[in-house]
Amino acid sequence: MGGSIFTNYEEITAVVLFVIGLMDLLMQSNLVKKIIGLDIMDCAVYLFLAAKGYIAGRAAPIYVDGILDASHYINPIPAGLVLTGIVVSVSVSALLMALTICLYREYHTLDLDEIMILLRRRETEEVRRLTRESGEGGGK
Amino acid sequence: MSRRDPKYTGSPWEHFAQWRRGEYDPSAGRLETRPPETERRADREAALLRSYVRADRRDEYTLGLAKRIGGFNRIYRALAVVLALFLTVLLLVTVSYLPAFGDISAPENNEVAQRYIEKGLEETGAVNIVAGMILDYRAFDTFGESCVLFVAMCCVLLLLRVDKEADPHSQAVEDMSDRFFEPHHNTILQMAARILTPLSVIFGIYVVLNGHISPGGGFSGGAIIGTGLILYLTAFGFARTGAFMTERLIKTLTVSALTFYCFAKSYSFYTGANHLPSFITPGVPGAILSAGLIVYLNVCVGIVVACTMYTFYTMFRKGGF
Repeated sequence: MGGSIFTNYEEITAVVLFVIGLMDLLMQSNLVKKIIGLDIMDCAVYLFLAAKGYIAGRAAPIYVDGILDASHYINPIPAGLVLTGIVVSVSVSALLMALTICLYREYHTLDLDEIMILLRRRETEEVRRLTRESGEGGGK
Repeated sequence: MSRRDPKYTGSPWEHFAQWRRGEYDPSAGRLETRPPETERRADREAALLRSYVRADRRDEYTLGLAKRIGGFNRIYRALAVVLALFLTVLLLVTVSYLPAFGDISAPENNEVAQRYIEKGLEETGAVNIVAGMILDYRAFDTFGESCVLFVAMCCVLLLLRVDKEADPHSQAVEDMSDRFFEPHHNTILQMAARILTPLSVIFGIYVVLNGHISPGGGFSGGAIIGTGLILYLTAFGFARTGAFMTERLIKTLTVSALTFYCFAKSYSFYTGANHLPSFITPGVPGAILSAGLIVYLNVCVGIVVACTMYTFYTMFRKGGF
């Protein structure tokens, strides 16, 4: 173990949030809860990036009082990366929600296990129907 | 039975314990707790639908499959817990080797960030260093982000749009469910919307236009404007907003904003890379019309974000504008 485990509280929180979101994504069978888990993972990544951009004792990256010295402001690059991440996360969430609505209209349930059962039953019915039709065709 | 403290009988704590056990209802006899007729009808219909679906699934084949899926689920869950523990330990060990929080000597605080801060005001004219970075040095990255939002809007439109001409029945169903579940002529909501909608739209415009001299910018300001429009729509219904927020207007605004962004930034990058004279100047730092193209690009991004938020809401609610 390295030495900075007792100073990096923000990063540890980000790790815990990330694993919580991943578990939400893996363990829940409800599709909406899965999307929430994905958003929690996104938040963990933003927290990690924002924490990495911070420099102790410095101000936000907006010029004040005409100070142009780099030793007065924190790192602006992680802020730009977080902005990109938020936009992509909003787009992905909206797309997933729209797909979930389409699935709900088709199967009348949000539970992934139930959707799997209905899907497999539909498949076997289709196979049965096709074999019956081909059998009738061969009989004639 | 243990003896009860006489003070306990009839105290709020006892009531709370009874309420927890479901024996005591504080609102019984005092409040009307029966839900309104519309809600009860919706509940009945939902229960009926659920019972249909459940009866539909009660054949032997399905039960056998459910059992198999259940067995798979147990192994899957055990593996997921193992993965979670492994991932937590791995990431915590990694974090323990990272530089300390707020450390100046961390490798990401290199000459790139220093260059952005020291030359940013001179080259872009933006007081907000992040705005100068994402809308001048890395403007094509932000253009990609706006396009991602636009593509997401198109995908949601494709998936949820209800075609009125092709399918009048489903449009009628959507309209009915919209009227059925949403509150109508809610006085509190309408009063709040009358006050808050102009305020939030003006505040959003302020945030967009001051993106280069203060915290904010196109993304946050656009989201605030979109929120104001959604509040107005929730309070007054589609009949009022449909008069000005038509599909045609949203399409025109979004596409022209993205096109202007693309051409303006292509011009600026072309002249900048070839050392050609350009009429875009950084201007006086701190003025509202300074920082070259940044204020116009912020307006473009704000328009795209506001239209996207509004379209998401209308599509998720009714499937039409």
